[in-house]
Amino acid sequence: MRYLPLTPDDRAQMLGVIGAADIDALFADVPAAARKRELFDLPKRAGELEVERELGALAARNRPAGDGTFFCGAGAYRHHVPASVDHIIQRSEFLTSYTPYQPEIAQGTLQVLFEFQTQVAALTGMDVANASMYDGSTACAEAVMMAKRVTRREKAILSGGVHPHYAAVTQTIAHAEGMTIVRQAAAIDAEAAVIDAIDSTVACVVVQTPNVFGVVTDVTKIAEAAHAAGALLIVVTTEAVSFGLLKSPGEMGADIAVAEGQSIGVGLNYGGPYVGLFACREKLVRQMPGRLCGETLDAQGRRGYVLTLSTREQHIRREKATSNICTNSGLCALAFTIHLSLLGEVGLRQMAALSHSRARELVGALNGVCEVLTPRYFNEIAVRVPNASAAVEALLADGIVAGVPYSRLAPEAGLDDVLLLAVTETTTSADIAALSAALKGRLGR
Amino acid sequence: MTMNNVGRPTAPGAAATASGHTSLTGARGLLQDEPLIFELGGWDKTGVDFDPPDHDAYDLGDLVRTAPIGIPGLSEPETLRHYVRLSQKNHAIDLALYPLGSCTMKHNPRLNEKMARLPGFADLHPLQPQSTAQGALELMDRLAHWLKTLTGMPAVALTPKAGAHGELCGLLCIKAAHEAAGNGDRRRVLVPTSAHGTNPATAAFVGYSVEEIAQTADGRVDLADLEAKLGPDVAAIMVTNPNTCGLFEREIIEIARITHAHGAYFYCDGANFNAIVGRVRPGDLGVDAMHINLHKTFSTPHGGGGPGAGPVVLSEALAPFAPAPWLVHGPDGLELVEEARDQAAQTFGRMCAFQGQMGMFVRAYAYMRSHGSDGLRQVAEDAVLNANYIKAVLSAEMTPAFPDGPCMHEALFDDHWLEGTGVTTLDFAKAMIDEGFHPMTMYFPLVVHGAMLIEPTETESKRELDRFCDALLALARAAKAGDVERFTGAPYLAPLSRLDETMAARKPKLTWRPEHATPLAAE
Amino acid sequence: MRFTKDHEWVEVDGDVATVGITAYAAEQLGDVVFVETPDVGKTVKAGDGFAVVESVKAASDVYAPISGEVVEANAALGDAPETVNAAPEASGWFAKVKLSNPAEVDALMDRHAYEAYLQTL
Repeated sequence: MRYLPLTPDDRAQMLGVIGAADIDALFADVPAAARKRELFDLPKRAGELEVERELGALAARNRPAGDGTFFCGAGAYRHHVPASVDHIIQRSEFLTSYTPYQPEIAQGTLQVLFEFQTQVAALTGMDVANASMYDGSTACAEAVMMAKRVTRREKAILSGGVHPHYAAVTQTIAHAEGMTIVRQAAAIDAEAAVIDAIDSTVACVVVQTPNVFGVVTDVTKIAEAAHAAGALLIVVTTEAVSFGLLKSPGEMGADIAVAEGQSIGVGLNYGGPYVGLFACREKLVRQMPGRLCGETLDAQGRRGYVLTLSTREQHIRREKATSNICTNSGLCALAFTIHLSLLGEVGLRQMAALSHSRARELVGALNGVCEVLTPRYFNEIAVRVPNASAAVEALLADGIVAGVPYSRLAPEAGLDDVLLLAVTETTTSADIAALSAALKGRLGR
Repeated sequence: MTMNNVGRPTAPGAAATASGHTSLTGARGLLQDEPLIFELGGWDKTGVDFDPPDHDAYDLGDLVRTAPIGIPGLSEPETLRHYVRLSQKNHAIDLALYPLGSCTMKHNPRLNEKMARLPGFADLHPLQPQSTAQGALELMDRLAHWLKTLTGMPAVALTPKAGAHGELCGLLCIKAAHEAAGNGDRRRVLVPTSAHGTNPATAAFVGYSVEEIAQTADGRVDLADLEAKLGPDVAAIMVTNPNTCGLFEREIIEIARITHAHGAYFYCDGANFNAIVGRVRPGDLGVDAMHINLHKTFSTPHGGGGPGAGPVVLSEALAPFAPAPWLVHGPDGLELVEEARDQAAQTFGRMCAFQGQMGMFVRAYAYMRSHGSDGLRQVAEDAVLNANYIKAVLSAEMTPAFPDGPCMHEALFDDHWLEGTGVTTLDFAKAMIDEGFHPMTMYFPLVVHGAMLIEPTETESKRELDRFCDALLALARAAKAGDVERFTGAPYLAPLSRLDETMAARKPKLTWRPEHATPLAAE
Repeated sequence: MRFTKDHEWVEVDGDVATVGITAYAAEQLGDVVFVETPDVGKTVKAGDGFAVVESVKAASDVYAPISGEVVEANAALGDAPETVNAAPEASGWFAKVKLSNPAEVDALMDRHAYEAYLQTL
């Protein structure tokens, strides 16, 4: 077997050193009833060629986003990732290293995390950021739990514009923790409706901008209302590229900003792995979940980095930890950091402006075809298309993946005629024209 | 107050300065001193070329960000240099044995990387129509079949994103099952003292109180103590098997039996599944739920701290409570059920947006297919053989924590043999760095004094094992011979010497800010 | 000054007790990097967790040795947690508590008894 270096001779020699008669002797502690003598009913070993053939055949049965006209967003976005990003993350020293518990021989990973934290704090306009969470949805749930610890209150209000999966993940975790989640009814442009639900028992309000319908909201007033009641404002963003064009959560008064970082550096990957961004005000840092990298000096006075404030974490605090998270999303954070280091402020602003410009083009092209429901958008809009699910299935015949029906995310919401369309710099004018023509044909206009 | 002192100095203290030659620039041969990306001056540059947008005016009014963001950019060659230089400051599996106990740092086959990057997997959107992703769903289904067959369990929840996330999933299933049965008043979870920190943290995260189970002198769960603590208010036990001392729980079937007799569920932490894969099925041991770290047993890369993946296998009793989404075989092929469709559904909810770590599923499946049932069995056997070999060889100078009987996939030593030398476990580990090896897991499990937990994995050759053992034996003899400075000042030859963790924690600097930047090489 | 087996000390002045951790505890913990002191106004019962002291690798709960209401917390520890190492039984105090049951103090060890207790550890 190509991955196993021991030869039969090695094994015999090593058993001799150990003083064991055979390999079974080393499994002597396994109860006899549980020892499997025969091989399991699964195929036997396969060479590279055979494995490539099988997986290649499976991959060929899928329709990659890049194969043609494509408008899916709703929490995952197809942006172009420079080739050098993937090259660097495949270097052995990044790919095959562990969490940097021995800082003397992990400065590469640690310095990257420090750069990542700084970039995330800058994008979100917050003071500090952690070294990543699993994804945006789990970051959102963790933020709500953090608000409970900070305020010692047990209720959270979620706006009707929060991504339904994010809301479901938060509800799942909150239910287990005995926290109450008030989830407002799905609403296209009503983030500010959370204000009416704020009272002195509320730990936090959670709003999203751009929200799941693509609507961009200035949340300053929501922040003021939350703070007046002693509650925290958590701002969720699922499209990290929007930070290149829009006012940051920090500028608008957020206490915690969480985001999905997938659209910078990571790719679609059919839903994972992604990278959760988590940033907050400095005074809240000791209640933050996840790993943090900090600057320090070595014994010779040279600058270096270490994991720090670890007493918040499970390996020390155990049942009193701020979160149970251990492994996070290190390699995706590296990809994010490299892509953002290539872009810089100049490139990120261009990429965001291009994405927004494509959305304007899309809105223009849909004029007279269908109703655009999103008044202020970045790169994603909601449009009214009767039976949106059926429309998406029907447009596949034209080679068009025509976005995400909202009902797929929240079948119970009764918004079967809402279709979510996202564009990025990868979307072409021809794509937009094709979608517009196909929708026109279907809607008979 | 509780005294939670683990005896590790965290300031560099008397760590010596490297003697001998220094360069004029701070570089050491090929190893460059590399500033932060923020110190390289790329405030007006970019390494990505875009066409100018067709619309240059925004229609977003004062929603537009006007203040500078504060993110520098570099050209492609500068970016490559920066990150390649940083990479050279890392240890990696591809460089040498990486014996972190409990972490299973095995070789990461590159075929798996290639497969995960096929556009048919990597460039799929999680919400594109399922009819356009049947190959991806088929791969998930095949992975699920392998995981169920290897564990002897009837169901698997694929979505958890890491081991700890899998623990959360398992406990949420257990909690939902108790609530459905009207046993919501079960509030306690029992966890052995030797458990991973994630176990008590997870139990507390879902609102349970945590109680410790004592350990016997031979490093296993104390059955009498377990039985005494079980009661009508216990929801579950969480036991790692093989346990964190690297030992198989001989009484595991009895542990499961008495746990079930008290109406509690048996959660097994599957972090150490590598030791038994292909030889023992957790389903035959009475386990109700177990997470599988795909990034350990099935070799998806650790990537400097993730991403991982932690699918959870479930018993019949817990399967109905599994989180959305799940796969079903429908009339038009495979279908991912994303929302519970009727009131009878008992799912506890959702673990994450979308359907889990597809990129890791592809890699893990490619790994399983490459090994096959025969290769996976060989994986467990070689992993256990390598650990026992290390235990036998190193026992010449070091003291194994549990000398009697075989260990499983990792060898645990205590620090008895260092008594009187003036060298601590930490010092010894740091000296390993100078010899070219990553230290083993230290001071864990907590039940063994000065613990050193060595997990070689099956992908080490005998030659590399011998090289490793020779280095540790030489170090052990040096410690006993009084060569203390070799240890207390170590590492001498790493990119940096010991770091001041006290300083980092007292005055945390967590982001770069122009005003508090320190010079690269402070004199 | 009176002491507990959990290594807290109490010094009573009138009806207010100053509470901290002992020199022995500070030494065992190593470099203290953070102290979470109780909120002023909080009512504590003897034996309740009422503060947390952290070194780099450990977080330890400090239990209230006596019952009462917290009237002052040592704000200086926020910027200078190292004071707990430098002067644990003086300027490194954690909080002042207005005693609700002064008799509890009498049940604690005096220095002689505490030092004898340390010998047994």
